[in-house]
Amino acid sequence: MMSDRTRYTVVRMAALLCGLAIAIILPRTVLINPYIELVLKYIGINMVLTVSLNLVNGYMGEFSVGHAGFMAVGAYTSAVLTLFFIPPEWEMWCFPLSILAGGAVSAVAGVLLAFPSFRTRGDYLAIVTLAFNMIIKSALENMPAVGGPRGLTGIHKLTTLAWVYVAVVASVWIVRNFVNSNLGRGVTAIRDDESVAGLVGVNSRRAKVAVFALSAFLAGVAGALFAHEIQFINPRSFTLIKSTEMLVMVYLGGVASIGGSLLGATVYTLLLEGLRPTLQILGISQEWRQVVAPLMLILLMIFRPRGIMGMREFRLFKPRDERRGKPVKEAEP
Amino acid sequence: MSLLTVQGLSHSFGGLKAVSDFNVTLEPGELVAVIGPNGAGKTTVFNLLTGVYKADAGIVTLDGRNLVGLPAHRIVASGVSRTFQNIRLFRELSVLDNVRVAHYSRSRASLHHMLFRTSHYRREEARVRVSSEALLEEFGLADVIHASASSLPYGRQRRLEIARALASRPRLLLLDEPAAGMNPHEAEDMMRLILHIRDKYKLTILLIEHQMRVVMGAAERIIVLHFGETIAEGTPEDIRSHPAVIEAYLGREDTA
Amino acid sequence: MTIQLLLQQSFNALQLGSVYALIALGYTMVYGILTMINFAHGDIFTVSCYLALWFSSLFLAIWAGSPPALVFAATVVCAMLSTAAIAVIIERLAYKPLRQAPRVSAVITALGVGLLIENTMVAIPGIGPEPRVIPNLLSGTDLQIGGITLSMAQLLTIVVSAVAMIILDAIVRKTRVGIAMRAISWDSRIVPLMGVPIDRIISITFALGAAVAAVGGTMFGMAYQMDPYMGIRIGWWAFISAVVGGIGNIRGAMLGGFVLGFVEILTPTVLRSSSYRDMVAFGLLLLLLVFRPTGILGRPAAQKI
Repeated sequence: MMSDRTRYTVVRMAALLCGLAIAIILPRTVLINPYIELVLKYIGINMVLTVSLNLVNGYMGEFSVGHAGFMAVGAYTSAVLTLFFIPPEWEMWCFPLSILAGGAVSAVAGVLLAFPSFRTRGDYLAIVTLAFNMIIKSALENMPAVGGPRGLTGIHKLTTLAWVYVAVVASVWIVRNFVNSNLGRGVTAIRDDESVAGLVGVNSRRAKVAVFALSAFLAGVAGALFAHEIQFINPRSFTLIKSTEMLVMVYLGGVASIGGSLLGATVYTLLLEGLRPTLQILGISQEWRQVVAPLMLILLMIFRPRGIMGMREFRLFKPRDERRGKPVKEAEP
Repeated sequence: MSLLTVQGLSHSFGGLKAVSDFNVTLEPGELVAVIGPNGAGKTTVFNLLTGVYKADAGIVTLDGRNLVGLPAHRIVASGVSRTFQNIRLFRELSVLDNVRVAHYSRSRASLHHMLFRTSHYRREEARVRVSSEALLEEFGLADVIHASASSLPYGRQRRLEIARALASRPRLLLLDEPAAGMNPHEAEDMMRLILHIRDKYKLTILLIEHQMRVVMGAAERIIVLHFGETIAEGTPEDIRSHPAVIEAYLGREDTA
Repeated sequence: MTIQLLLQQSFNALQLGSVYALIALGYTMVYGILTMINFAHGDIFTVSCYLALWFSSLFLAIWAGSPPALVFAATVVCAMLSTAAIAVIIERLAYKPLRQAPRVSAVITALGVGLLIENTMVAIPGIGPEPRVIPNLLSGTDLQIGGITLSMAQLLTIVVSAVAMIILDAIVRKTRVGIAMRAISWDSRIVPLMGVPIDRIISITFALGAAVAAVGGTMFGMAYQMDPYMGIRIGWWAFISAVVGGIGNIRGAMLGGFVLGFVEILTPTVLRSSSYRDMVAFGLLLLLLVFRPTGILGRPAAQKI
């Protein structure tokens, strides 16, 4: 005798587990080749990145344009752990730990960035985040222990499609929960009118710290996955160019929308990959691919700044009791 | 013990003395009005009380606890809530969310509860939802809970603002010109509503109003400000015939 | 460290600082009038370097044998005009549509424009990512004063930059255009009602900022190497200069430029390592933004709730 709610949860869990099974099995079949697997992994990593940035830029309405810095922290932290501290026999089991560690250290960096955001907003905060990105890059370049400007090579390829899948599902779930919670509502209130948010009781400092920490955590996780996929990282992988790509994905998919972030990441990644053969056929040099991201960004800002989804959300990503037309009659058990 | 005690509250902006030696004591359950011509410093008093500015001088205590210097959200948590002269709802948020947000200070959940949506947290959320819907029902807004706040007509926005102010379970409610923009009939309805919620929610109310006749029937005491200074204080009858008050108001535009 | 070394480095800092100051002026003028940070300005500077390179090659080829000073003058003028034109085109196409849009759109668009310029330059076959240099048109005898060497190029950089700044300052303070610019920076809604063609003034502002940067670009290209990605470095340093001096303030931009020039040159000398330069500069920026966002000469903006 299952209650409505239990049945719903069971169905959901089953679907997710099916997805996991597919993610584990698929790469071993002939249905996809390594290149397709690579693209799928990139889509997943970009999904995590986009959801992460959307927290700050979309839901909170702030200006983070240097998010690649957090990705860098996560990437380097996890790579250092698996390269220097984890013995090879334990790699497979310790990989998730190193990902979480990367996210955690990144979260600390995120908290640091939250403090300037208490007093600065808008353009100034944008500059602060960019300066932050540059400082991280510069610091990494000055650390011989992590390879300096040459970076780290020979990172083991531990990122499987399954891990990426798990990361995406977990990120979406956590962000969905956050957005539909007290803090999440407080954050959107801050976006709407920060001083009034305080005057209705929202502790905006706490909210900002939480958002930056969570956002940085997720970006760090994405960075860790990234590092263990391409197997070498250097400070130049995490500059403004990367941050810009993240911005494109967020604004393409739609601010303040989880579904939008997933869409934006998918569309953008596929677009960029699709350009490779296209340019080849047309006889145009591959360097023009790099022009796509900034050009899209400009066009988006001018013609459709809210992106594909605007600020709307798929029903799937709202908790069950949030959906339109389902008023809660009594407190749930 | 008095609920609110304000002594010697003063504040200047640059060289301009906006509020000068403002005093008031409120007993629980009272409804006191602060009136005066435009620019008299009334909203500044509210801003000082709610922590928008830190007062240059003066003492403010709520139930004996000092409020001066506290950040705004802590003052709300202490039991003070307000509305705004020019309605300041969260325009892009839904009606329901406007009220739910204001439950923030009454929530005890920590971050990990929210991130993982524990059953403890789900109960909390349900409680907030029920409480918000009850408030909205009270103010006649139950049919529009998912509409965006900016889409409501003016009168309903005013009510929503009051509903939002009540979400944090305040003891002291500061209402800044709640009847602004209303004709005398609507203003009377509003005052009746205010008296009703004062009794129902056991509130103490400090009210700013610009039009004298609106508060005459409702307020137990009236304080009159002019250029930041208190020029009169007393019952409605005292104020009605007070010479300084008549002089301050003479020639003012009666904007409805 | 000897006094001589210090003085020599100071002189180098003055040279570099002049270039930063010239670029910083562009940031500050646009911010003053539109309250917008034109992140693409550093890349416009880069474009000006390449344009100067192109023009100097052109003139050297078609006017072979003419005095270098003439070629130099022609190069500078052409670089100024063409860079100004490009800046105005960008403004009309990308920034004008966003004047009423929320701030985030303008910021992100500016970032996008900057990157677009960089990557386009890399992709264009004739330009490519390798560094280039403009032939030194100003070689002459170096001055030797008390053991310090001042090359003709350095001297001229400082002098030409100073002249440019003085002219710009005069334009902003004395001409009608300049007064209109300052009026717009105070209140952009009322000014059109007084019959001032606001669009044209805004375009002129961009053009002036770009032209002044092009002066710097020409001088820079002769003394240092250029590559398409230098807009990120140089642009940022110049931007920090503008913020240090007080963004929106022209005198401040000049002051800030020199401060940053000194930071860049003297940090390696003092800290004995050149790789910390970026961190010092950005750390300085961060501190300023948090504690004194209006910079040295800026006026604090009043906030009304």
